[in-house]
Amino acid sequence: MTLILERRARTRPRRVVIGFTFAFVLLGLSIAASLLVGTREIGLGAVIDALVNPDTSLTDTALTDRTVILDLRVPRTVVGLLAGLALGLAGALMQGVTRNPLADPGLLGVNAGASLFVVAGVAWFGVTSSLGYVWFAFAGAAAAATIVYLIGSLGREGATPVKLALAGTALTAAFTSLITIVLLADTAAFDRYRFWAAGSLVARGLDAALPLAPFILIGAILAIVAARMLNALALGDDLARGLGQNLMLARVVCAVAIVLLCGSATAMAGPIVFVGLAVPHVARWITGPDYRLIIAFSALFGPTLLVAADVLGRVIGQPGEIEAGLVVSFLGAPVLIALVRRVKLAGL
Amino acid sequence: MTMLRERQADAAPLTAARAQRSRRERRVVLVLVGALLIVAAFSLAVGAYSLSVPDLLRTLAGQGTQSENFIVLSLRLPRLTLAVLVGVAFALSGALFQTVLRNPLASPDIIGVTGGASAAAVFGMLILGFGSLATSLAAFAGAIIIAGVIYLLARRGGVVGYRFVLIGVGVAFMVQGLLGYLLSRADLNDAQGALLWLVGSVSGARWQNISVVAVLLLLLLPVIRLADGRLRALQLGDDLATSLGVGAERTRLVLLVIAVALAATATAAVGPLAFVAFVAAPIAWRVVGTGGLALIPAALIGALITTVADFVAQHLLPGQLELPAGIITGAIGAPYLLWLLATSNKTGKSA
Repeated sequence: MTLILERRARTRPRRVVIGFTFAFVLLGLSIAASLLVGTREIGLGAVIDALVNPDTSLTDTALTDRTVILDLRVPRTVVGLLAGLALGLAGALMQGVTRNPLADPGLLGVNAGASLFVVAGVAWFGVTSSLGYVWFAFAGAAAAATIVYLIGSLGREGATPVKLALAGTALTAAFTSLITIVLLADTAAFDRYRFWAAGSLVARGLDAALPLAPFILIGAILAIVAARMLNALALGDDLARGLGQNLMLARVVCAVAIVLLCGSATAMAGPIVFVGLAVPHVARWITGPDYRLIIAFSALFGPTLLVAADVLGRVIGQPGEIEAGLVVSFLGAPVLIALVRRVKLAGL
Repeated sequence: MTMLRERQADAAPLTAARAQRSRRERRVVLVLVGALLIVAAFSLAVGAYSLSVPDLLRTLAGQGTQSENFIVLSLRLPRLTLAVLVGVAFALSGALFQTVLRNPLASPDIIGVTGGASAAAVFGMLILGFGSLATSLAAFAGAIIIAGVIYLLARRGGVVGYRFVLIGVGVAFMVQGLLGYLLSRADLNDAQGALLWLVGSVSGARWQNISVVAVLLLLLLPVIRLADGRLRALQLGDDLATSLGVGAERTRLVLLVIAVALAATATAAVGPLAFVAFVAAPIAWRVVGTGGLALIPAALIGALITTVADFVAQHLLPGQLELPAGIITGAIGAPYLLWLLATSNKTGKSA
């Protein structure tokens, strides 16, 4: 008996170590692929040269190569990394704080809330900069999260996974309808919205994405702080309280982090679904139930997934490309379907 | 003998309650029909050229002047007829989905069935350059295909409501992504046309598409009427239904096929009018009281919603500007949906 326990205690770290090594390698590979793959064929040497060598006396082809790398591929990779990080962490936090395997910024309506407010900002307040977008996105994400949680947790059983997911779906349907109303009245807003809503990593560029990085950083720090609290929460409210965990504090920290992360990701790359759903599940499968590890792994795997999806979209969509958001939704929907088919969800 | 009498005595209050309920349902139906007639009269008579009630009746009887005939019979009547028909179709489709899957969120507009129709239609419009008839056919095919996919994915030793809904939600998100992709690829004018279609409007009513919806309704209504008893049995739960001799799975499949056909036809005719399918039956259940299926009140409420929405959409803005009816149903339906979720959760009838 003790032997089995010891072995289990020893195998878990090994699995975690292998998992993390693998995640780092995958992240590196996806970044490399994102820099290398595209309609213009640029060799590895030229890519490295463009990144590390600031020499400007170049031939025409080399100069074009450099422009493509620095002005096109580096920005979209950075946007993918930031948005993927934000969405992966947000998903992990949502699943932890609601104790809900179906939590995802898209499924729970948080993205739709951010979208609605951004659309209203574009159409009615003439907002054009992404720093302008982001405040609307934060407000919308906060409003949607609050509404979904309040509606989902009414009733005797509290916030069950299915009730939350259904409340999120309903809210998404409602918000989509309102978004359409705004867009029909305003052609210019519709034109801007349709590119943003497709979930593209290129639409906004680096100038729009970098100002949002601090918000994501704060969100990530809060997520790290929240990890230990989520471990306590996972034991159930009563036990967590007994262990001295302030439940209100834990929920507020998570909520602030979720709003910051989802809001910035949505403002940056549009409403992207399923990254927040799939990433924490893969993480939990590798790391086990410890939220400190789940959060760390999600922070690695979220960017990997989104950047890889972007690369895949470039490969499949040749000679054009398919937006990362669409690729992710086609990769992620099967994950949701598999989950719903297999897992006996708590509270059903 | 005494036992039998006792049993009859037990059953007596139940029968009384049922009789009371059906009386109430009949009253509700009468009120709804009255309301629908009033709305119909308004939408036929009021507009840029308004008629008095005697004039309207005279015109409907075929005694109107030429211009009255044209305005009422050629412009307003087709539009009203189509609004009524698609209202009934959406409402019945939603009621069947919600009853069969025993989940208030299982309406075709939430689980991606109308979404599938939309994606197919928009694909046809933007990529293949379809006209209106081909677009309708594409929408119909899209709804059927998506519904089939959801059914196959959700089927695992029988269809369970929440699983069907959540898988539908997953598929709906995929379809939404596809729609976003198509809209971002098209020319801005075309994309806006597609957006307009996505809202749904009855303004393009022709007797041709009206007759398609009408024929389908005429064919399916008797089937639904026949299935009424089975639906009631299904409401009691699978085990009870099976012991009452109702094959639960097969009944469900047949009813779902009917529901999908209704939603597909209505969407093909007018586009996905937001929330009509979703709210009609729950409103009917609330009005009639608990326990019944209330298919007829649901259908009437659906028709009332679409006709009122179309009337409001035509006259909300000053001048000749008119909105698509789907905007009105969306603007009313969205808050109602949230309110419904909130109250149904509170009373413990969880979604």
